[in-house]
Amino acid sequence: MSSNADLIQDTNHWGGGSRPLGARYGKLMMWFFLLSDALTFSGFLTAYGLMRFKYESTWPIAENVFTHFPGLEGDQPLLYVALMTFILIMSSVTMVLAVNAGEKMNRGAVTNWMLWTIVGGFIFVGSQAWEWYHFIIGDSGAVETARQEILHVYNAEGERLSFSQVVHGMEEGHASNHGETFTKAEVLSSMKGDASLYLKEPGKAGRAFTHAESVAFLEAGDVVQGANMIHNEYGRKQFANFFFFITGFHGFHVFSGVVINFVIFYNVLLGTYERRGHYRMVEKVGLYWHFVDLVWVFVFTFFYLV
Amino acid sequence: MAEHNGTWWIWKVFWILLVITGVEVVLGIIKPEFLLTQVIGTSILNIVFILLTLVKAAYIVQIFMHVKYEKKAMKYALYLPSLILIPYLTFILLTEGSYLFS
Repeated sequence: MSSNADLIQDTNHWGGGSRPLGARYGKLMMWFFLLSDALTFSGFLTAYGLMRFKYESTWPIAENVFTHFPGLEGDQPLLYVALMTFILIMSSVTMVLAVNAGEKMNRGAVTNWMLWTIVGGFIFVGSQAWEWYHFIIGDSGAVETARQEILHVYNAEGERLSFSQVVHGMEEGHASNHGETFTKAEVLSSMKGDASLYLKEPGKAGRAFTHAESVAFLEAGDVVQGANMIHNEYGRKQFANFFFFITGFHGFHVFSGVVINFVIFYNVLLGTYERRGHYRMVEKVGLYWHFVDLVWVFVFTFFYLV
Repeated sequence: MAEHNGTWWIWKVFWILLVITGVEVVLGIIKPEFLLTQVIGTSILNIVFILLTLVKAAYIVQIFMHVKYEKKAMKYALYLPSLILIPYLTFILLTEGSYLFS
């Protein structure tokens, strides 16, 4: 009687021998998980695309939304997210270096590169928290009409004004509200007092309204500052919903990746893989980590660039 | 990996990814006028962004995730479902999105 193992050895699946895919069980399962996860993220990003194509003319322009950079004043579009992208690519590189060192059974190098990967992951999650914080706090404020459409304040020169500039005047006010909250009454009385102010829809083809229409919109509506799942000063609330959902889901992947990386790192320190004779666990967690980087490449393009 | 000596190949991919990201950021900030021409429902600039993204994704999957060195059956198992389903889903949803108002 031959054992099951012998039977498997003898069978020639798909003409590829007993290992048609040439990969071990653990790696194969990691790959199939990543494949299904890739389809999940595709579902989210294409759903974002659907909403964006539906509201093409008034969809918020990302470079007018994410403009802050720590320690710098004024508009710095794309710089912060470029830095975040760089950090994630860098931690992907240190992960390949760890896998590469594992194949050479170089425990010291694996320890070193895994540690750098974890540090990079932490910085990325922290950066995302900072970005969320600024997105939630808001920037210039906006008027939400009774029909829940978002309108931004502009002056005669066609410049977008913050509530701070509307209420305190161009000299005293700041281009960003800096967390100061304004009531509907304050903004309304300032709007009424300056006939050059008007409201305009966000996006690349947003309509502009006359001063009288604008005052009527504010009287019937309300002011919104910052963004959450219900109100979004930057424009369509679906933009905030998708932003929270997609970057949140990706951020959760980064966070769980950091946790898993730490578990593997701890086992490297304990010498588990040295005793086992191979570092294949580092390779598997590496695949997950690269996948997180891969998804970010797409999020970066479809949320911030396009 | 048997095919590689040292770590130069990792750093090579790092520089490629860094330069592409740098180009994307610069294009995103200056938005050159001649790239804003509209073709097939979007601007040439957006098509450039998407192509550069696909190049970056290819380097990450092929080199960092080692797929380039896997067996042919493994490549098919991973690439066929993603390369058929994702473009299909994208095409369907973006087309429908443009009709949602009509």
